[in-house]
Amino acid sequence: MLAMLSMHYLVELGYMAASALFVLGIIMLGKVKTAARGNRWAGVGMAIAIGGTVLLLITDGAWAPRSYLIAIGAGAAGSLAGWWLAVKVPMTSMPEFVAFFNGLGGAASMCVALAEVPRAATGHDIEGVDMTTLADMGGVDFAVADGLSVVIGAVTFSGSMIAYAKLAGKLNGNRIGVLGRQQVNLLLGVICLGLAVWGDFFAATPATLYSSNGLLTLAALVLGVGLTVPIGGADMPVAIALLNSYSGIAAMTTGFVLQNNLLIVAGSLVGASGIILTQIMCKAMNRSLANVLLGGLQEAAAATKDEGYTKVKSTSAEELAQLLDAATSVIFVPGYGLAVAQAQHKVRELATLLEKKGCAVRYAIHPVAGRMPGHMNILLAEADVPYEQLFELDKINDDFKNTDVVIVLGANDVCNPAALKDPKSPIAGMPVLEVWNARTVVVVKRSLSAGYSGIRNELFQMDNSLMLFADAKKALEETISELKAL
Amino acid sequence: MTLLALSAGASSSLPFLIVGIWVLLLAVFLGFEVIQKVPPTLHTPLMSGSNAISGITIVGSLYCASADYPILSTVLGAAAIAMAMVNVVGGFVVTDRMLQMFHSKDRKTPSQKG
Repeated sequence: MLAMLSMHYLVELGYMAASALFVLGIIMLGKVKTAARGNRWAGVGMAIAIGGTVLLLITDGAWAPRSYLIAIGAGAAGSLAGWWLAVKVPMTSMPEFVAFFNGLGGAASMCVALAEVPRAATGHDIEGVDMTTLADMGGVDFAVADGLSVVIGAVTFSGSMIAYAKLAGKLNGNRIGVLGRQQVNLLLGVICLGLAVWGDFFAATPATLYSSNGLLTLAALVLGVGLTVPIGGADMPVAIALLNSYSGIAAMTTGFVLQNNLLIVAGSLVGASGIILTQIMCKAMNRSLANVLLGGLQEAAAATKDEGYTKVKSTSAEELAQLLDAATSVIFVPGYGLAVAQAQHKVRELATLLEKKGCAVRYAIHPVAGRMPGHMNILLAEADVPYEQLFELDKINDDFKNTDVVIVLGANDVCNPAALKDPKSPIAGMPVLEVWNARTVVVVKRSLSAGYSGIRNELFQMDNSLMLFADAKKALEETISELKAL
Repeated sequence: MTLLALSAGASSSLPFLIVGIWVLLLAVFLGFEVIQKVPPTLHTPLMSGSNAISGITIVGSLYCASADYPILSTVLGAAAIAMAMVNVVGGFVVTDRMLQMFHSKDRKTPSQKG
């Protein structure tokens, strides 16, 4: 008895250590020098949490032989799959895989919460009574937490899978049928609430317990699809950050189901992290979260879509090479097009060439460039671009006027002057990179087509801007060889 | 019913719900404080790293494998264990891979892939 008690204390101490390691890990993730170590510390925290839990369950005698089989089998299968995916994924596919992993975390929380349903159905905890509601079994707080875990876990799962499909280019349509409409989502939300109340407080027979919670899971999964389907393209960073936060909240509510403080601490940290990133992304677009979630921009923008450009000047790689040869300062502005063209290594190659000629090279990173927070930073880091050369919007915006050449690579809305000059523009007030202040702006883009927001970009026909119509990678390759030939 | 239990328990020790809300409150403040200091350069690793931490739900799924859980719960638990481990291992490894890239220039052997 005493041994068992002390084992409980020991494992509780382990959970505390794990919580501390998670917090320290995230603190260390805040500095480039310590980030890798921070991530490993958090990993150690996770190992302690898992090891401690297994130890506790074994010493408590809670585990039957089948438990070992399941834990080892499922654990090994999951670990191998996760490791294989993590090693194999190319850096350019990072946004979709973060979404994918995130979805599985949500699904796991959902399954843990659902696992309580068969316990109530078998009348497990109440002696002599075989009709038990979830609230009878664990109390009101338990029932509420369990319902929340199922709903939030399911929304995280299906929402993340839609985000994954969209980011991987497997799903393009902005809306699927009626799904994604505000009223439909509201209705689904009400249905979830009703089913949760029924499933957690009133369903007492196996038949009603299973059907209510089964329907609840289904409704929440559909709600997750409905909430994510209207969010597209450049709004993806917001969607991913928000789903990341949901997976944390799901883990946190699961902590209340299992009465486990470690889950509450870890879940809240992740929840807070996702919410902060969501806020940063919304601010960077000068839009409210509601506006992003409801896909409001597309409809507002549709009207201004098809206006032609009249005085666009196009250029060639040869001309760009000559421009660069004479330049003493160059700023690259990368966007999603860079990731699509996988041109990060070519940018680095061109930058190295320019630096050898004594030209100062910097990169201007807009917070929502790409498809997830920090997407461009990761992409350029892969190509060994020193992170000291990457500048945030407010740190570099005043420097454009002293810059010879700005090369915009597959970015559009993040450097649209309409945001500052046209108060009626759908992106009015969005902080943008003021690239047009440079002596010359070269926009490398495959066509004049509008960016995600669907609005025209005056930048394309400004007096000091040149368009280089090409795939980013190809354009850079040609420029490099032209520059070498000079 | 639980309200009764709650008031009865309050005299000796606090019920878990109250303790849990305390912990939640402090952890949320701590989280906001800590994460606000992370620079944009590290937002992707922060996201995938914290994503791996949300796999902490693995602890819960291990409970579901216990012998006193009905077989259906165990099946759900097995699915949860597998998915949580993909999230945990995949998340930490992928974050590590990203962060190694930030250091690759220190090793003075730039790896030019792809």
